[in-house]
Amino acid sequence: MTTNRHLLGWLQAAPLTAVLLAFLMAPIVMIVIVSFWGATEFSIYPAFQFDNYEFLFGSAVTYQVFGATLKYALITWALTLAIGFTVAYFLAFHVRSLTMQIALFLICTIPFWTSNIIRMISWIPFLGRNGIANQTLLSWGVIDAPLEWLLYSDFSVILAFVHLYTLFMVVPIFNTMMRIDKSLLEGARDNGASGLQTLVHVILPLTKPGIMIGTIFVVTLVMGDFITVRFMSGSQRANVGRLISNDIALLQYPSAAATAVVLLCTVLLVIAILLRFVNIRKEL
Amino acid sequence: MRTGYDLELVHLTKRYGDTVAVRDLNHVFVKGSYVCLLGPSGCGKSSTLRMIAGHEDVSEGAILLDGQNVSQLPPARRGTAMMFQNYALFPHLSVRDNVAFSLRMKGVDKVTRHARANELLELVDMTHLADRLPAQLSGGQQQRVALARALITDPKVLLLDEPLSALDPFLRIRMRTELKKLQRELGITFIHVTHGQDEALALADEIVVMHDAVIAQAGPAREVWAQPRTEFVARFIGGHNVLALPGGKVTIRADAVSLGAEGMPATVIAVEYQGASVSVTAATESGEEVLALLPEAQFFQSPKSPGEAVNLCWDKERLHRLEA
Repeated sequence: MTTNRHLLGWLQAAPLTAVLLAFLMAPIVMIVIVSFWGATEFSIYPAFQFDNYEFLFGSAVTYQVFGATLKYALITWALTLAIGFTVAYFLAFHVRSLTMQIALFLICTIPFWTSNIIRMISWIPFLGRNGIANQTLLSWGVIDAPLEWLLYSDFSVILAFVHLYTLFMVVPIFNTMMRIDKSLLEGARDNGASGLQTLVHVILPLTKPGIMIGTIFVVTLVMGDFITVRFMSGSQRANVGRLISNDIALLQYPSAAATAVVLLCTVLLVIAILLRFVNIRKEL
Repeated sequence: MRTGYDLELVHLTKRYGDTVAVRDLNHVFVKGSYVCLLGPSGCGKSSTLRMIAGHEDVSEGAILLDGQNVSQLPPARRGTAMMFQNYALFPHLSVRDNVAFSLRMKGVDKVTRHARANELLELVDMTHLADRLPAQLSGGQQQRVALARALITDPKVLLLDEPLSALDPFLRIRMRTELKKLQRELGITFIHVTHGQDEALALADEIVVMHDAVIAQAGPAREVWAQPRTEFVARFIGGHNVLALPGGKVTIRADAVSLGAEGMPATVIAVEYQGASVSVTAATESGEEVLALLPEAQFFQSPKSPGEAVNLCWDKERLHRLEA
């Protein structure tokens, strides 16, 4: 009987295991293997050598690009958190009716009705040298000459990231906030907490798991991105994703694989550190 | 000296849009008494409590505490404290930090507020679990913590919103004894909302029965039970039969009804053995159901079973005329 139940359990878990093995583990193993291969200008060959990693860790560019990637991730995280928390707070605690909450929530998803390329590109006529933003500011007399840093700069890259990914912060935070018993807020008020104190001592600690899930979304998405950086910086800025994409364009698969492995490890490390702070298991 | 009372409601009204939840309530709660607000759900008792607590805006009227109108003050500055139905303990804070929460909000330093929290935990006999999280406690233990948290603010009036409804029957009876004991020790006013008449009778110095947004009757527990003013109160408080006799409606206590040789003819429809007594439900010829609570020994001298014809009799003196 016990063996039967064991067998049944394994069988039930088998399909998902097979899918994960085939479509998640196998490609990663493949990338790890290829990252040790060798390459010449015109060919790649199976090998087990550390050339790719040596080159990667020996180059100053690698550190600059990883630095830039982490910078993007950090700034985007801070901004999406600030905006996402505020929006979620408004939706969860200020909007009283459920219908209104759902309606406003759907409005938040409108940007997602188009592809992210279109969402990105639509910023270009707005931020360009003769774009709407500059023209408006000029006509108001706020500035005398067009602002050059609006487009093809760190500013535009981060702006696009924030625009793309804030919803990934809103959704999990809103979800945890909705689970907070409203009587806790009354309890806090009854105990003399001001609005700010309730926020800091009750809502924020109870929303931590949602913040953490949103953080993982945003950080992994930003760190793995290459297209946003390419478009919004007019190819003038680099992050790890672009490094990999360039290698692939040059058919340098082993080098690309090695960079991908290092990026994967970095992201896993970041997530591991985040999980040290908050237990998100009860949210799942 | 104030005028000898502590908490007064003056023309207190609560409207939600067009519906009136509480209509023109006037009542004085005697200082240091245990008061139960009793009524069925939707009668306005919870809204009244929440208005006193400051968690619900007052539509009209005033709430006076110590002769001062507190109806516009925030909850924490009224001198009231509320214990919520589901206790509303902060799940991320330990028992001690939950109790010390209001002191922390006032900026009291850690050592002082923990010392004070420990005193209150001792009062409710929870010192040994001070470092646990609320989720690790049973319902009764959570309630004690909630009680300690409410009392740490030194309230003049403690408001309890159906405090026992989340507990199982045995614990409910034990906790109500403890609530009563605590109220006596502290000497502050307790206002306890409940829909259980047995709970109200067991606890209250004064019972305020609410019905349809108004007070149906208020008075000492014994008076409300012995002399219900209206048919609603008589039925809600239990243990009474309401009879339509020529000349108006009257009540007769179930334990004052007996089965005899002559009296009102009726047919037995149900017999329930209750240990010390037996409850016999009989239908009169006019179709009214009358409950008779007979001492066990008396019933078994001539037992009845459903379907049998009996005569219901009572002492005329014991009929109580209803006003409505």
